[in-house]
Amino acid sequence: MLKSFRGRIIVILAVLGLSAGYLWTRGLKLGLDLQGGIHLVLEIDDPDGTLTPERREDAIDRAERIIRTRVDEFGVEEPLIQKSGSDRIIVELAGLDDESRAKEIINQQAYLEWKLVLETTEVDPALERLDRAVVVAIGEEGLREMGRATEVAQAATSIEQLLFSDPEDTLAAGDSAAAAGDPAAADAPAAEDEAADTVEPEEEELNLRPFTGLLNRGEVGTYTVDAADVETASDFMALPEFQRALPRNVSLQWGWDSIPIGGRFYRELYVLEEEAFLTGDQLDDATANRDQQFNQPQVLFELNRRGGRAFQQLTGAHIGDRIAIVLDGEVVSAPFVRDRIGSRGSIDLGTADMSEATDLALVLRAGALPAPLRIMEERAVGPSLGQDSVDQGRIAGIVGIVLVIVVMILYYKVAGMLAITALGFYLVLVLGGLAALNATLTLPGIAGLILSIGMAVDANVLIFERIREELAARRAPRTAVDEGFGNALSAIVDANLTTLITGLILFQFGTGPVRGFAVTLCIGIVASFFSALYVTRTLFLMYLSGKRGSDPVSI
Amino acid sequence: MWLFHQAKYQFISMRRKAYVVSGILLVFGIGAMVLNIALIGSWQNYGVDFTSGALVHIRFEEPTSDDELREALGGVNAPSITRFGQDNQEFVVRAGLGDVDIDDVAAGIAGQVAAAYGDDGFEVVRRELVGPKIGLELERRAGLAIMFSLVLTLMYIAIRFELRFGVASVIATAHDMLITLGLLALFRVEISLPTVAAILTILGYSLNDTIVVFDRIRENLNRKGGRREDPYKLVNRSINETLPRTVLTSGTTLAVLMSLLVLGGGVIRPFTMVLILGVLIGTYSSIFIAAPALLEIQKRYGTGEDKKKQRAARRAAAV
Repeated sequence: MLKSFRGRIIVILAVLGLSAGYLWTRGLKLGLDLQGGIHLVLEIDDPDGTLTPERREDAIDRAERIIRTRVDEFGVEEPLIQKSGSDRIIVELAGLDDESRAKEIINQQAYLEWKLVLETTEVDPALERLDRAVVVAIGEEGLREMGRATEVAQAATSIEQLLFSDPEDTLAAGDSAAAAGDPAAADAPAAEDEAADTVEPEEEELNLRPFTGLLNRGEVGTYTVDAADVETASDFMALPEFQRALPRNVSLQWGWDSIPIGGRFYRELYVLEEEAFLTGDQLDDATANRDQQFNQPQVLFELNRRGGRAFQQLTGAHIGDRIAIVLDGEVVSAPFVRDRIGSRGSIDLGTADMSEATDLALVLRAGALPAPLRIMEERAVGPSLGQDSVDQGRIAGIVGIVLVIVVMILYYKVAGMLAITALGFYLVLVLGGLAALNATLTLPGIAGLILSIGMAVDANVLIFERIREELAARRAPRTAVDEGFGNALSAIVDANLTTLITGLILFQFGTGPVRGFAVTLCIGIVASFFSALYVTRTLFLMYLSGKRGSDPVSI
Repeated sequence: MWLFHQAKYQFISMRRKAYVVSGILLVFGIGAMVLNIALIGSWQNYGVDFTSGALVHIRFEEPTSDDELREALGGVNAPSITRFGQDNQEFVVRAGLGDVDIDDVAAGIAGQVAAAYGDDGFEVVRRELVGPKIGLELERRAGLAIMFSLVLTLMYIAIRFELRFGVASVIATAHDMLITLGLLALFRVEISLPTVAAILTILGYSLNDTIVVFDRIRENLNRKGGRREDPYKLVNRSINETLPRTVLTSGTTLAVLMSLLVLGGGVIRPFTMVLILGVLIGTYSSIFIAAPALLEIQKRYGTGEDKKKQRAARRAAAV
C-alpha cells in the first residue's frame, strides 16, 4: 500500500530532514529584542553638507572596515556590521556587559594629531578682533539676551591689563571669572575687580568683551575657562567670523578634562599651531599601560618609520616647548619636550580609568574613522526583558497552537488530525527555513509566526470545506477529496500570493524588527503552501487508501 | 459539526446598513484624526520611532508610583510616563529631543532616576533613541510600502481575476486601513514600528479574506449560466458558500491572537491589538464592503463584457 506513495513520502521526509538539519546545526538566531543587545545606526556627521556623495560613500566604506576591526578586537560574538544605503552603517551587538563602552569604541573617531603648543602671546594681540567678530556675528542685542554683554570701561588700556589684571592670581582664577565671565557680573554695579569694572550698557558699544571676558590665564600656552562658560565659548569659537579673525596658523582647542582650581572647575583652552606635524595614521602600534611613577593609565605608542623621523626632527628642534596630543579635536595631554624623542612615546591620560586607556589603545590600533560619525538611532534591550519576551512568546505560542489543535480535531475529526500533523511539518519547515536563511527571530517575528499558524490552518480549512461540499453533493469519497483539493487550489494560490506580495514589500521597506516579521511571514506562506497542498494531500491519500471506495470519510 | 452550512443570509440586501456602519466608523475615525491634529499636534499618537526622541523603559527593584517618578524627573516638566504591566515596578518614559543629542536625553533621564532612587534601585531594560531624520524617513517608507502593496495587489488581481475585482478589493482594503487608522487615532494607540508592521499585515489579511470570497464569485460566474444569473443573487450565494470557511479561519486566527494578547507580554500587546482589530474589520469588509463594491462597480461601469460587445457591434456596423 505504501508503494504508491513512496515518491511523495520521500519528498516530504527529505524536506523535513533538511529543515530539521538546518535547525539542528545552525539553530535559531534570536534578535536583539529577544536576547538583549544594542542596535545602532550611524551616519557621517556632516552638518554643513560639504562632502560630495562619492566622498561620503568612500568615507562610509572605510568607516565600516574600521568599525569591524574595532568590534572584532573588542570581542563581541557574532556582531553585525553592515552598510545601509550609501551613507549609513548599522551595527548590532548582542550580549554586552557594558554597552556605553562599546558605543564609545564604535563611535569614537580616534583622529589623533600632534601639534605644537604656542605662546598665548600669539593670540593676545588678536583678542580685541575676536571680540569684535563675535559682536558682529551675534549682534549686541543677541549677546544681551544671552547675558554675555560683559563690558569693560577703558578700551584704551592694554588688553593684558584688562583681562589678566592680576597675573599672580592665575591659580585663584575664580575671582577674575566672577568679574569677567559670570553673567551676573553684568548687572552687579560694583565688581570686585577694579580693572574689569562693569558700566551701564548704553555707554559704549565697542567695549563688549563677549569672548575674552570668559578667558583667564592658564599654564604655558593655555587659557582657562570656567566649566560653566565652556559651551558659550565653544559657540563663539564655532562662528565663521571668529575663525576668520584668528591669526594665521593658530587654532584654539579645548583640553579634554576639567581641572579643579580653588573649588571650581575649569577647562583649558590651548593655543596650538593649526597644522599638525604628525597624525595617527603614522601609528604602528598602541598599547595600554600604567606609568611607573604615578600609576596612572597611559597609552604607549609606536610610530612607523616616517612618523618617527618627523617626530624626532620636531622634538629635537623644540626642546623645552610643549607638544599637544590632540584626540578628536581635544587636547588629551601636552607634555613638555625634555629630550629628542624617536618613534616611541606615551599619551598620559591623567585621571582616566584603565579601561579608557585600553579602549583608546584599541581604537588607535584599528585606525581613525575617516570622518566623525553621528548616532542616528539606537535601540537597546536588556537581557532580562528579552528573556521575558521569549518566555511569554513561547507560552502564548503553545497555548495558541493547542487551541488550534482542539478546534481542528473537534471540527474535522480525522481530517483535522491530518491537518494538525501537516501543521507539525509546517512548523519544522518554517523554523528550518529561518535557520537556513540565517534569519533572526525577533519579537514581531514570533507574532508573525503565531499569526501564520492561523493562516496555515486556513489553507486546510479551504480544502476541507470543499471536500465537505463535494461529499454533500453525493460524490464518492475519493472523487470528493480530489475535487476538494482541485477546487480549493485557486483560492489558496491567489490568497497566499497576495499576502506574499505584502510580505516582500514589508521586507523591502522595513527595518530591524519589521524585517524579521516580514521574513517569518514570507517563509510561513511558502511553507503553508507546501504543507497544505502536498503534505495534507499525501496524508489524505494514505488515509483513503486503507478504505474501500464507498467507506465514509471522517471530516 | 458544520457551522453555517447552507446558510442563506441576505448579506447583499443588508449592504446599505453596512455602508452606514462603515460611514459612522469612518466619520468617527477621521474626526478623531482631526481632533488629534488640534490637540496633540499630529493625526496619530506617533511614538518615538516617528517623532524622534527617547523611550526609556525602567524596571525598579521596589514598587514605586507614577507621581514619585514624575517628581524624580522634574515634576511638572517631566516627560510623559506610562506604567508598564500590572505591578508598579516598570515604567516607560518618553521624551522628545529638543535640540539635544539623542544620547544625552536618555542619559539625562537615567541620571535623574539614579539621583532619586539610587544607582542600584533600578535597571534600564529597554532604550530606544531615534534621531529626527530617521523618523521622517520611516513615515515615508511606511507610506510607500502601503502604496506599493495596494498597486501590486491591484495589478495581480486584475490579471488573475478581472479589473473590477481588483478595484473592489483595493476599495475594501483601503476601507480597512482607514477604519483601523481611525480607531487607532480615536484611542490614541501609540504608533511604533511594530504597529506599522501590524497595519501592513492587516492589509495582507484583509486581501486574503476578500480573495477567498472573490474566488468563489469567479467560480460561480464561470459555471454554466453563471453570467446570466442575477449578479446580486450570485454574489450573495458565493458569500454564503464561503461563510463556514470565513468563520472558522477568522476564529482560529483570533484564538491564536487572543492567546498572544493575554499571554504574550506587554511589549507585543499594542501590536497584537492592532492585528485583532484588523482581523475583525477584514472579515467584515470582505463580506459587506468588497463584494457589494464589486456589484456597485458593475452597476455603474458594467462588467467589461458589455463594452467588448458594443465595440464588436460598432465594428460590425462600420463594416
